[in-house]
Amino acid sequence: MPEPKLRKLVTIVEDVFHEGGPVRDTPLKRGAVLAVIENPFAGRYEADIAGFMTDLEPLGLDMARRLIDALGGEAGAIEGYGKGAIVGQGGELEHGALWHVPGGYAMRGALGEAKAIVPSTKKVGGPGTRLDVPVTHINASYVRSHFDAMEVGVADAPRANELVLALVMTTGARIHARIGGLKAEDVKGEDGLR
Amino acid sequence: MKARIRKLTVFVEETRREMDRPVDPPTRKAAAVAVIRNPFAGRYVEDLSELIEIGAELGGLLGRRCVEALGIAPQAAESYGKAAMVGEDGELEHAAAILHPALGKPLREAVDKGAALVPSSKKRGGPGQVLDIPLGHKDAAYVRSHFDGMEVWLNDSPRADEIMVAVAVTDSGRPLPRIGGLTVSEVQGKDGLR
Repeated sequence: MPEPKLRKLVTIVEDVFHEGGPVRDTPLKRGAVLAVIENPFAGRYEADIAGFMTDLEPLGLDMARRLIDALGGEAGAIEGYGKGAIVGQGGELEHGALWHVPGGYAMRGALGEAKAIVPSTKKVGGPGTRLDVPVTHINASYVRSHFDAMEVGVADAPRANELVLALVMTTGARIHARIGGLKAEDVKGEDGLR
Repeated sequence: MKARIRKLTVFVEETRREMDRPVDPPTRKAAAVAVIRNPFAGRYVEDLSELIEIGAELGGLLGRRCVEALGIAPQAAESYGKAAMVGEDGELEHAAAILHPALGKPLREAVDKGAALVPSSKKRGGPGQVLDIPLGHKDAAYVRSHFDGMEVWLNDSPRADEIMVAVAVTDSGRPLPRIGGLTVSEVQGKDGLR
């Protein structure tokens, strides 16, 4: 299987201080790293594609480490995560699905312990397409304060023969979370759900 | 600080390949965006000096954020630009007050020198709208390899009573420049033009 050919890396970091309510001294951080790579299967139907997942692992790990660095460098400060992919028009949705395993592997590899499933989304699109990447708590999917999302995209990607791969991490709950439910401090962290 | 910042977002783009050719060293651009409350939203105010002061604060803050995100020494910055998008209850003149009278000086301190005009653009718009920041060489506006731009957008900004203020800084020009004109090595850097 081919080695991923990387055209571009994009990093986005948001510091959120408030959204009309009390202003935080320490902002909530939301970050994303996007890799624009060539889709080795664009333009044709290829039956056997699964091997590319392994080829994506080193890139994924590099992206996850970059993201942690961009969010302050402390893996322990990361509380939420998510991932996604945008497939250029020469490819199929199934090519985006190749990101599920290496994307999750990368986050867990860089964060150490992380029990919850990494929420994800994917679509086919053209340059400038935006993707709303879902975000949930890294150890317990039901933590209500951490249900969030981050919109990402790259002005000139994906071209027809490209994939945009995305990882997203956050350092905490929504800025004014107040709708109850399971709290981060009550997480048991055994089953990845509660 | 006079500016009431709701959110700060930093974007970094690193281009490694273009037209399947390596870009070595990669070209890198950063943009820092502050979303602030527009103190004059919804009414006509004659004296815009508060926004001029805010511009001075943000020129330094956003310029430094870009340089930090690129991980470079200030003098290694090569090009810059600025832009603002005013939410629907403000006027274009509010963007002008932030951008033009006082933002440039602290921005130039952040990138060490900056003899050239800081290219700029402005518009009125709503959440999720794209803002294109023009880019030009910081010491010589005629450097042709550094004429460029960078797109930024935030899905939740600007709200009606907000202003998005953006500064972009690069450590490089376009990925594969080859249309001639004044080159970086020929820059005199005295008059801001050549």
